[in-house]
Parts: sequence; C-alpha cells; structure tokens
Amino acid sequence: MSIASSLLLTLPEVILSASAIALMLVAAFAGDSATRFVNGAAVAALVAAFFALGGEGVAFDGLYSADAFANFTKPLIYLAAGVSILLSTRFFASEDKLRAEYAVLILLATVGMGMMVSATNLLTLYVGLELQSLAGYVLASFMRKDQRSAEAGLKYFVLGALASGILLYGISLLYGFSGTTDYHGVAMALADGVNMGELFGIVFVLSGLSFKIAAVPFHMWTPDVYEGAPTPVTAYFGSAPKVAAVALLVRVTIEAMGSAVSSWQQILIFTSLASIVLGAVGAIGQSNIKRLLAYSSINNVGFVLVGLAAGTEAGVSATMTYMVIYVLMTLGTFACVLQMRSADGHHVEDIASLAGLSRRQPALAAAIAIFMFSLAGIPPLLGFWAKFVVFDAAVAAGLMPLAVIGIAASTIGAFYYLKIVKIMYFDEPAEAYHPVGSYVESGVIALTALAVSPLGYLAIPMLGAASAVAAKALF
Amino acid sequence: MSFPILSTMILLPVVAAFLTIFLSANAARWTALATTLALFVLGIVLWQAYDIGGPQWQFVEQAPIFGQKFSWALGIDGIALMLIVLSVFLMPICILASWDSVQKRVPEYMAAFLLMEAFMIGVFAAQDMFLFYIFFEAGLIPMYLIIGIWGGADRIKASYKFFLYTLIGSLVMLVAMLWMAREAGTSDIPTLLQYNFPVEAQTWLWFAFFASFAVKMPMWPVHTWLPDAHVQAPTAGSVILAGVLLKMGGYGFIRFSLPMFPEASASLVWVVFGMSMVAVVYTSLVALVQTDMKKLIAYSSVAHMAFVTIGLFAFNRQGIEGALIVMLAHGLVSGALFLCVGVIYDRLHTREIARYGGLANNMPYYALFFLFFTMASVGLPGLANFVGEFLALVGAYEANTWVAAVAATGIILGAAYMLWLYRRVAFGTAAGEDTASMGDITAREWLTLAPIAAATIWMGVYPESFIAPMRNDVTAILARIEHAAPQSDSNLKMGDPKTLAKAHEAAHGEAH
Repeated sequence: MSIASSLLLTLPEVILSASAIALMLVAAFAGDSATRFVNGAAVAALVAAFFALGGEGVAFDGLYSADAFANFTKPLIYLAAGVSILLSTRFFASEDKLRAEYAVLILLATVGMGMMVSATNLLTLYVGLELQSLAGYVLASFMRKDQRSAEAGLKYFVLGALASGILLYGISLLYGFSGTTDYHGVAMALADGVNMGELFGIVFVLSGLSFKIAAVPFHMWTPDVYEGAPTPVTAYFGSAPKVAAVALLVRVTIEAMGSAVSSWQQILIFTSLASIVLGAVGAIGQSNIKRLLAYSSINNVGFVLVGLAAGTEAGVSATMTYMVIYVLMTLGTFACVLQMRSADGHHVEDIASLAGLSRRQPALAAAIAIFMFSLAGIPPLLGFWAKFVVFDAAVAAGLMPLAVIGIAASTIGAFYYLKIVKIMYFDEPAEAYHPVGSYVESGVIALTALAVSPLGYLAIPMLGAASAVAAKALF
Repeated sequence: MSFPILSTMILLPVVAAFLTIFLSANAARWTALATTLALFVLGIVLWQAYDIGGPQWQFVEQAPIFGQKFSWALGIDGIALMLIVLSVFLMPICILASWDSVQKRVPEYMAAFLLMEAFMIGVFAAQDMFLFYIFFEAGLIPMYLIIGIWGGADRIKASYKFFLYTLIGSLVMLVAMLWMAREAGTSDIPTLLQYNFPVEAQTWLWFAFFASFAVKMPMWPVHTWLPDAHVQAPTAGSVILAGVLLKMGGYGFIRFSLPMFPEASASLVWVVFGMSMVAVVYTSLVALVQTDMKKLIAYSSVAHMAFVTIGLFAFNRQGIEGALIVMLAHGLVSGALFLCVGVIYDRLHTREIARYGGLANNMPYYALFFLFFTMASVGLPGLANFVGEFLALVGAYEANTWVAAVAATGIILGAAYMLWLYRRVAFGTAAGEDTASMGDITAREWLTLAPIAAATIWMGVYPESFIAPMRNDVTAILARIEHAAPQSDSNLKMGDPKTLAKAHEAAHGEAH
C-alpha cells in the first residue's frame, strides 16, 4: 500500500498533529493572551478531524487500522476532548491561570488516543498510549503552583510509568514467544495453545492496561489524581482517555487474544467484580465530589468490563454502548461540578456544600439528580440501558454468576448516588453558590441531561446499530 | 389503529408534571387535580370500553421505537384494567388529601405524584417484560423523593430503606428476565405466557422474581421497609404506597410467577404458604402492640397481603379471584384508613394513639367514617374485604386445610387490633384539651373519604362488577397452572346429588 493512501487513512491524526504543532507555535509566540484563540482553533481542528473520519482500511503495512470500530470510537473521543477544552476557558480564567498550552496538550493526547484506538500492532499501541499519557501527566499538574495539582501530576506520572513498564514487559513477552508484534500474528500464535510465557505476557499486558482504565487492583491513583487535577482536566480524564483505553483493551483482547478467550476471561471477570464492589464501597465515605466521582468511575469501569468479559460480539457492542452513555454522564456531571462556586468565585468541591441545592438552584439540582440516578442505573434514565446491555451480553455468554453478583453489587453503588440526591433535596440549604452563568457549561449540562433523560431511549436503535457495526469490525 | 388511550394515560401525567414544576403552588394544585381527574375519566372510559369476554389483551399498542431488545408495547387484560382503575381512582383523592397539609415545595410535590401515576399505569399496561421492569423501577424515584422531602422526622432512613430494599430485589429479577428473553427469544409478555420454560430452570427464575415481588408485596420477613416508609411518608404517599405500590407485587405474581413458572410455583408453594402463615399471625400480633397509628395500619397491610399470596398460590379459581379482590379492597380500605389517620394528624400533628380518645364526641362524622373503614378492614360482610378474604380462604381450604386454619386466625387478630385501635381513638375520654377541641371533617375531607366509602360498599355488595372483567383472565391463568397444582389435603368431594342419592338407596336396600 502506498504511503499516500496510508496518510489518507490516518488523515484525522495528521490534521490533529499538524494543528497541535501549529498551535504550539502560536502559543509560544503569542503567549497566554492567545489562549482563547488557541482553544477555538483546537476545537475547530477536532471538528475537522471528525469530518476526516470515515476511511476504512489498513495503513502502514498493518500498523494502523481505520475501521468501523475506530470510526465509532473516535467521534466520542473528539467530543469529550472538545468539551474538555470548551469547559476549561472559564475555569482557568476565573483562577487567573489561562494557559495556551492546555488545548495543545489535549490535541496531542487526542492524536495518541486515535493511535490507541486504531493500533493493530503492539508497538503502535505503546506509542499511542505513551503520547496520550505524557500529555496527561502534564495536564494533571497543570496548575503548577497548586500543591494538590502538582502532587496529582507526580503521582500519576510515577504510577503511570510503572504501568507502562509492566505493559512493555508484557509486550516483550508476547513478542518473544510469538515472534511478532502484529495483533493477528499474536492471535495466530496463541491459537495453538497458550504456553507459560504467553500467559505471562497476557497477564502483564492486561495489568498495564488495567492501570490505564483504572480498574481494581490498579486503581489507586484515580482518587488522588481526580481530586488534585483541575476540574476540566478531571472531566477530560474521566471521559476521553477512558474511552480510548477501553477501546484499546477491547481491540487487544479481541483481535490479539481472541483465540485464547479462556486465558483472559477470568482475569476480566475478577477485575470487573472487584472494580464494581471496591468502586462502590470506596465512594461511600467520600466528602469531596471529585473523589466520589473517581470511585464512581472505577465502579463504572467494572460494568464496562462485564460486557467485555463476555468476549462476544454482543459483549463488545454492549461495551461500546456503555462508553457512549458513560461519557455523556461524565461530561454532564463535571460540568455541574464546575458550577459549584462559592460567593467569592472560588470552586468548591465539598459534597456538603450541595446541601439544599434544590431550593437554591432547582435546575442545577435537577440536572445533578438526573446524572446521579442515571449513574446508579435506575430506569427510566439512560444509565439503566447501559447496564442493561452489558448484563444482557454477560447472560447471553452464560456468565450468570458474574451477572448476578455484579448487578447485586450495583445496589451498593446506588447508595452513594442517592446520598448526593438526599443532600441536595432533603437537607436544609447551605451557603449559596455564586451564580455566574456560562453558556458553555449550561449548554453542556442541558444537552447531556436531555440525552440521558428518558428521551435518550429514542436514540437506542441508532446507538445499538452503530455499536453493533463497530463490534462486527473486530470479529 | 384506534385512539392510543393507554399511551395517553401514561404520557399525559408526565407532560403535566413538567408543567407543574414551573407553576405557583396554587396553580400546581389545580393542574394536578385537573390532570388526575382527567385520567380518572379516561380510566372510566377504559372500563366502559373494555369488552368482557372479548380478546384477552385489549387496547393493544405496539411501537418498536426502542430497537430490537424491547418495544413500547401496551395492552391490558381485566386484571390490569381493574388495577389501573384503582390507581386513577385513588390519585385525585391523594391530591385532595395533600391540598392543605403540604405547604412546602408544592409544585415539585404535585409533579412527583403525577410522575408516580404515569409509572403506575405503565406497570399495569406494559406488555413488554422490559418495559414493565422500567416502569416498575422508575416508580422508586418519585416515591424516594416524596418520602424524603415531605416525610416525617425520620424520613431519610425510611427513604433509603425503601429504595435500596426494592432495588436489590428487582435487580435480581432483571437478570432472570434477561435469561428468559434469551431462552424464549422475545420479551413480549403474551408470548412468554404461553412459553414452557424448562422445569429445572423454573426454580431459579421463580426465586429471582420472588425476590422482587416478595419485597414489593411485602411478605414477611422482607417487610421491614414498609412500616418505616408508611410512618414517614406524607399521608398521600402512604395512600399510594398501600393502595397501589403494594399491589404491584401481587400483580407480578399473577402476571409472571404463576403462569410462566407453574411447575416451580407448585413445588415451592410451601415457601409462600409458610411465609404467609407467619405473616398473618406474627404481623397481626405486632400490629396489636403498636403505639403509632400508621405503623399499626402498616403492619395490618402486611397481614392482609398475606391473604393475597395465600389465595394466589392456592391454584384454584376461588383463591385467585379472592386474592384479586383482596388486592382491590385493600387498596381502597387501607388507603382510606391512612386518610383517616391523616385527618387527625393534620389537626394534632401526632400519630401517637395515646394522644387521642373520645373523638366520637367532637368529630362524629369522622368517627363514623373511621368506624366504617375499620369494619371494612376487619372483614365485615357487605363490605369489600369480606368478599376477597372469604374467597381466598375458601380457595386456601381447597388447597391446604392447615393454611386455611392459620390464615383464618388472622381475621380474628385483625378484628382485635383494629377494634382496639378504634376504641382507643374514638371512644373513652379525650387525652387532652387540644384533642377534645378538634373540629370535625371539612368538605374537602368529605370529598376524599366519601367516594372510597361508596366504592367499598359497591365492592362488598355487588363484587360481580369487579370480578366480571377478570374472570376470563383467571380462567386463562388456571389453564396454564392447573396441571401442576399440588396435591390437596382437604379431600373435598363435591359429589353429584343424584349419584349420592343412588348410593344411599343401594346401601339402604342391601341392609334390608
């Protein structure tokens, strides 16, 4: 295949890389005063990359694959990245820390995520993952003078580097025992029985990736990083990289290890159940809303893995449906968190400050309540549908114990989501928030709340069909 | 296709709920009342238009707008019809009952009730298993808010308990539903009703559904959320809880557990009977020692619901029809009893029985209504409960004489705690000046209690109006389950009189 057609297939990444470099120069020369322009241009680049999607084929001799799966996942990543950029402007402006590099870093991370999603070779996978992670480390410590932010960045970096090492070691084992880094080559090598070396390789690769999706037992960094990072960055961590990492995990397990389902299925079942339970139990005692959402994300990753553990086409389709709905809920929730500002304009993250919100700002309280009930998976909100499809896939694959334990444990999760609703609706009002409206935040909240409301059920046929096509591309 | 009356009945309150949020308190009250009355009228139209003896499922609507996994499928049989009529009948009364007693955040309160009504109608009208589940669970959200925002002092704990108890039961049911939809290849309830699930799988499925419906019903020993929820909920919340939400458990048993898993139901009948017998005796005794009026009535609900489960699992016509009538009658009577408690609670702001007394002197009309509903609850012939409890006991006797014997003690105990409650509240001397100076019921309270009293007499005197629409559906269920009916110990021999006479003659002749 010619280099030109390869470049054409990777056009979205080419556009993003070029814009990232160009905007970096703008940022370097014009300084922080150009932040708003850089942000706008970055969003425009993401839109352009979205329109450049659609090609299908294998580029660079099997290093990169543009297929229905990538075309399903990437718009979601672009959406999450774009919203994280839009949400950042007001946040950093109010903290007087507008930095032009923010959008550039997000764009670079998005290139990395695009590579992660499209990688069909263990080395492309690693390069994409590292590009995303390195940008992520910087983003976590973006508020350089804020101690929590610096700590979050450092923690994320050290543990992330460790995970990358584990992942790389697993890749080297797989390469050593199969003689190739190509997904299909690995799959063929695994098809004739899994030897001890390959098994270790699988375990190490899955451990490294579990870190990236924050699944138990590699979740420890999540609460600290979520809490310490600036809120728009946390919104970003909770959405785009999670989609990319889950998509990557899906592709690796199905395409590279699909011939040895039995050797990774039990690992996923364990991480899934452990994440569901630990995420739910850990969230109960939290008093900081961002830490609570961190545990909630661990809990949700557990449900995502229920779908993947099924190892079937329906399971993958369910996993992707879950991710779409999860991203909507996450972005909406964090947009609500950004609205929590004290009278002097500072952001508050204390859950107790939500007390009586339903009487101070009924619309905001209603939106948060919708997101909480949806995250808890209570019908008729769309979060129920996400859980429905993954458990449907698990039941279809005969994983009854996983389904029963997982679904019963979601009751524990419901407890802390209910706690937020209780604080907002049942408690006496606390000090009022500083009601500064922002069209971006209100717009994001309104649109995502509408999407996860019962009206979102009307989109199910479309979503189901699209995710089914995406899943089919992997089998 | 004819007018989609069921969709209208579900969507109208949802739309009205959204409107009320933006209205003032008074406008919200009137909007809610108008909406619920409109729904009541629609419910009556539904009842009138329902063709008794026609097809089993009527007013069927089918719209595949949710993809392949489930669809917006609605349709009702006679059982669902009667429960929908009960819901829309109680709803305007609930709105009236909260007219003055709820003063804070009225628009939200009315919106929550309207949403609740939409979900209740949805549960009974759903013809798709997953749609049923969605409505079944969705009802938790407004009820959680109703208890938590407008409830009593200890409302938070009660709201959590209500929500989490019901949720965990239902989630297990969801897994079973997913398995069933796989096995049968459809989530369409009428199709599933004809599908024979493998006998070995039925036990698991039965327990999964039982987990949900037993909590909802509620059956002993998973009833403990109910007294808390009832005591803390505002009056109208208790009415809906007792009147309609508890019926969803019974409805679930008759819609899913019995006809879909007949073999499992038959082999596990001892679980139901055992739990119900304990419930009848134990919760009645517990009710006897309560000092809180609402708690007493809540425990009496558990005891009454045990009659429903006993009747349903008797595997015969009398039992099932009796259980259905008990469901309807209990919906009316316990709802009315909670309203009666609400009337005096609004005046004295306490539910302590000891704080009342002598109300027959200063509130004669109130005492009359209270006596009426007390008698109905006790099972006085001529009033609604008697019909149902009698039939349920007859059915139970046919199935198992011991169960019938134990269940019958519940009627005696019921009379004991209800009459004693009445004596302490209405007779004797007033506990204080404030008790003695309470005014009699107002015109608004008349409007809430009188319609229920009328309906109670109607159901007691001419139950045929209510049984007739359900008769064919009971026949259909019996056709599904009769082959599995467990062995009876009552050895009823309804001999043919002619052969009996011949046998007698023959025996007589031989003696000569």
